[in-house]
Amino acid sequence: AVFTWCSVSTADGSALVKIGNTTVICGIKAELTTPPSDAPNRGYIVPNVDLPPLCSSKFRPGPPGEQAQAASQFIADVIESSDLINMEELCIEKSKLCWVLYCDIMCLDYDGNLLDACIIVLLAALKNAQLPEVTINKETDLAEADIQKKKPLKINRLPVGSSFAVFDDSIIIVDPTAEEESLSTALLTVVTDEEDRLCAVHKPGGTSLSGEKLQHCINRAITRNKEISKLVDKVTESTKTAK
Amino acid sequence: MTTMMELDQSYSVLREYGSEQSLLSKPDGSSTFVQGDTSILAGVYGPAEVKVSKEIYDRATVEVLIQPKMGLPGVRERAREQCVRETCEAALLLTLHPRSSVTVILQVIHDDGSLLSCCLNAACMALMDAGLPMSHLFCSVTCAISKEGQIIIDPTARQEKECPALLTFAIDSAECNVLMSSTTGSFSVQELQQCIAISQKASEQIFQFYRDSVKRRYSKIK
Repeated sequence: AVFTWCSVSTADGSALVKIGNTTVICGIKAELTTPPSDAPNRGYIVPNVDLPPLCSSKFRPGPPGEQAQAASQFIADVIESSDLINMEELCIEKSKLCWVLYCDIMCLDYDGNLLDACIIVLLAALKNAQLPEVTINKETDLAEADIQKKKPLKINRLPVGSSFAVFDDSIIIVDPTAEEESLSTALLTVVTDEEDRLCAVHKPGGTSLSGEKLQHCINRAITRNKEISKLVDKVTESTKTAK
Repeated sequence: MTTMMELDQSYSVLREYGSEQSLLSKPDGSSTFVQGDTSILAGVYGPAEVKVSKEIYDRATVEVLIQPKMGLPGVRERAREQCVRETCEAALLLTLHPRSSVTVILQVIHDDGSLLSCCLNAACMALMDAGLPMSHLFCSVTCAISKEGQIIIDPTARQEKECPALLTFAIDSAECNVLMSSTTGSFSVQELQQCIAISQKASEQIFQFYRDSVKRRYSKIK
């Protein structure tokens, strides 16, 4: 895995990740809005995964297909399950004003293993994001954003996904390419966080998997988490020293 | 009455479930599946004609549509459709009907928790009712892990909201292995293994129910 960030200057946070040939870019735009009525003290994150015809010949132009929508739902579930960001911190004033983070994840080159790349790029972009400080003017009751003062977001957890392609319950291939995915009989994605807790075990059907093979995959996913966190820390350190 | 049932819930017991088959005249197969208060109506059309853009040369194309109780299907329904579709694709013998389509339509009548499980169970009963050839049957069980670490099986909507983790598994009838897994919330590896074991045990009850209902239905035909 290779990644860079700060690639999109118009976004509040961005990152680009390449896993093998699969290239995914994420841009985060923060906007101010009123919090939802059922959670007045929390902000929210809206992920959107886009698979344009650019990335692969199997995606046609038009409304998002099932794979893109299922991936968007999966990312939204991972964000909530892993408690990635404390949503209460995104709230500026209860029931009046909060941040909403629109995360647009776009695939530039689809060569399999989309979900892993999306999780890493989202994590990297959120680490990179800087939000201006917002105060509410007591007289006019309007929000004032101070662009000079910018604060990074506080990331609680580091969820990392590992995808596997299963062939008839006998062979399991980690990090499948598009060709391997199309020939496989089942796909499995395991998302773990740095405390070795599972945030998601996503296997949308396909041939069955025995308990021991599943355990094998989970162990591999835990090792992968450590590899990726080291990579993220290394990049964070190198950007800090560059500044 | 309700308090008695709530006490039972915490002790790995499925809610009262039932099913009815062949209630619609137009679909090739139809069924309802009720789990407690959650109720799903399923209709299956197939093998039927398929659009040239969607046809696969050597197998049937499976399409799943989940209609929510209110509003139009959104992103959440698409994710559920993907789970149901891939589970059905693994169970059906698709190579027997190349260049055809099998369409499964699921209508949510009432949602009181364990929705994805009920959808999968209704889909399986409808596929059986349509007489489509399958290599094995499947059933689905939902487990919720409460804040205290207790595992609740087949949770109601209220229990799902209170529990930090929710796991749904589809189990196959041949080897009792996990066919599909969809989880939200965070949990440890031991909790996952426990939930899988509990789901496999509960699935035996549901498979027995499938067998009994088919036996009862076909024993009338001489």
